[in-house]
Amino acid sequence: MSSEALERREAVRTDRRARYERMVEIRAVEDKIRGLFAEGLVHGTTHTCQGQEAVAVGVASALRPTDVVCCTYRGHGHALALGLTPLQVCGEIMGRVVGSIGGVGGSMHLCDMSVGLMPTFAIVGAGVPVAAGAALTAQVRGTDDVAVSLFGDGAANIGAFHEGINLAAIWKLPAVFICENNQYGEYSPIAATTPIENIAERAGAYGIPGEVVDGQDVDAVCAAVEAAAARARAGEGPSLLEMKTYRYAGHSRSDTAPYRPEGELEEWYERDPIDTFGARLVAEELLAVEEIVEIEASAKALAAEVAEQCMAAPAPGVGSMFENVLV
Amino acid sequence: MARMRMNQAIAAAIADEMRENPDVVVFGEDVAVAEGPFKTSAGLLAEFGPLRVRDTPIAEMGFMGAAVGAAATGLRPVTEIMFVEFLGVALDQLVTEAAKFSYLSGGAVNVPMVMRASVGAGLGFGCQHSQVMESWIVGAPGLKIAVVSGPHNAYGLTRAAIRDDNPVAVLEPRVLYAGRGDVTTGPEGIIPLGRAAQPAGGDDVTLVCCGSTVRTALEAASGAEGWSADVIDLQTLQPWDAEAVLDSVRRTGRLATVEECPYSGGWGADIVSTVATEAFGDLSAPPIRLTAPDVHVPFGKELEQRYLPNAGYVAAQVGELLATGESPPHWWERDGALA
Repeated sequence: MSSEALERREAVRTDRRARYERMVEIRAVEDKIRGLFAEGLVHGTTHTCQGQEAVAVGVASALRPTDVVCCTYRGHGHALALGLTPLQVCGEIMGRVVGSIGGVGGSMHLCDMSVGLMPTFAIVGAGVPVAAGAALTAQVRGTDDVAVSLFGDGAANIGAFHEGINLAAIWKLPAVFICENNQYGEYSPIAATTPIENIAERAGAYGIPGEVVDGQDVDAVCAAVEAAAARARAGEGPSLLEMKTYRYAGHSRSDTAPYRPEGELEEWYERDPIDTFGARLVAEELLAVEEIVEIEASAKALAAEVAEQCMAAPAPGVGSMFENVLV
Repeated sequence: MARMRMNQAIAAAIADEMRENPDVVVFGEDVAVAEGPFKTSAGLLAEFGPLRVRDTPIAEMGFMGAAVGAAATGLRPVTEIMFVEFLGVALDQLVTEAAKFSYLSGGAVNVPMVMRASVGAGLGFGCQHSQVMESWIVGAPGLKIAVVSGPHNAYGLTRAAIRDDNPVAVLEPRVLYAGRGDVTTGPEGIIPLGRAAQPAGGDDVTLVCCGSTVRTALEAASGAEGWSADVIDLQTLQPWDAEAVLDSVRRTGRLATVEECPYSGGWGADIVSTVATEAFGDLSAPPIRLTAPDVHVPFGKELEQRYLPNAGYVAAQVGELLATGESPPHWWERDGALA
């Protein structure tokens, strides 16, 4: 699995067309996952990232597989972008042995260290100081790896955010803190919980660079992360990037997002990250218009096939709950 | 063998591990330049430098999280929680992140970090700086917990904790830091986690203790008239050495736990439960627990001393158990005790 994940990672690192295909894949897999939950075929909960695919693929494209990523429970897109296969991701969500950690984690708990994905965090903000710690390892050992923390706008108000970034700033750790501002923390709009418009402004409080980035533009995301990572690798310390994006679905599978103002979703659809990037690639003649339909159809077919594979795969044995508790 | 204070033994243990393994790093509040408020990191900054020995902001959640991330990626961080109460704001990182990473990575990610914390009453620090609070973490799978009771096992358990591939909490009774004792240094001084020690032997009762109550139990046993005790210092609370306790109780037929924590939720409940289940037929009297009452640690010197289970209390309760064959009431339950 690891070598396949690495190949998939290499594809998005080097090929913009592959980035487009990956974004389409993420959307198809996420749609399929929501469908499976709606049909009652999966238990528990799930948090999907439709609308945020450019952030996932842009970040993965800018990093090396030896960099470490601390990501949240809204992490299927990031996992797929970083290289995990749809089978690893769907298998975990469906609690099957083919999942990335054998089906004992579920939707919120993906991991594959071969491409740098640390166990994803289901506690808001918890990954921020952990990323600082991973960056400390790079600093102490003298490698040029960076650690990336991905978190939502809701996490910008929890203590771990401040403590983690402050620590990284005073120690000049090679970390990149990336806020995915999808406008809502659970059910609350950002304006109700946060007194400033741009979370990136908080970088000033820690004396580090902060930048607002168009999170619907995969090229912009990739460029911003590359620049921040280069700065970190050069020993110049951490940065805070704020990706402005939007969560098409509700917070979790049971949330229909009735709190959204009328017309807001439709406005963001106009700036859909996949459509925008597809049109750009067509304009650059890297993609033919007719290929768009083919890529979407093949992603949907793949998602359906993977879901079938997962349903056919065995559930983990009882003994698995006793594994990896203590080393 | 060297004679040293407990805080010196802790610093010596960390230094020995740092000499052997460049991945061992130390950070916490005032642990570097000031060498720790209890001087448990004396000499470390001078010998190992600022890359490996660091002062942090007063931000336990932040630096505990950093320890998790550093450990998950290859270092062996030793962090200090100055007073265990401060763990409250960092509990997520220890219990919900560090202890679960191996599980949540299919065994791919280990978190070999150590959280040292000073614990306990006896120094007049008031109720927010005098608790032990092992109950916060004793029920957290994936975490080991050692409790030191003097210079010798402070050295040995600290080294073992740093070498362990799991997250390990090492609880250090503050009241013992200045106490002197003989310490076996070097590799032979390392004490495996999960194994109890038996600093005294006897026939009539098994006194199970750890941390600050070891000396309480020893003092009670040495002054006992008409009975003698096996004194078992658990040394590790998770996983605890059930075999050592059961072997002893099967011989003595009686069990008393001596705990610094309040009665409710104390670690002794697990010991009593296991003994009652596994060795019921060997018991000649009900197992008893000698603990602090379910109240806050009081400040005044006399009150604080009354709060803690002392040697006289242990001796009296055990004597009554032996004489009557019945569980004696706690001191605070007796007529006139609160007058």
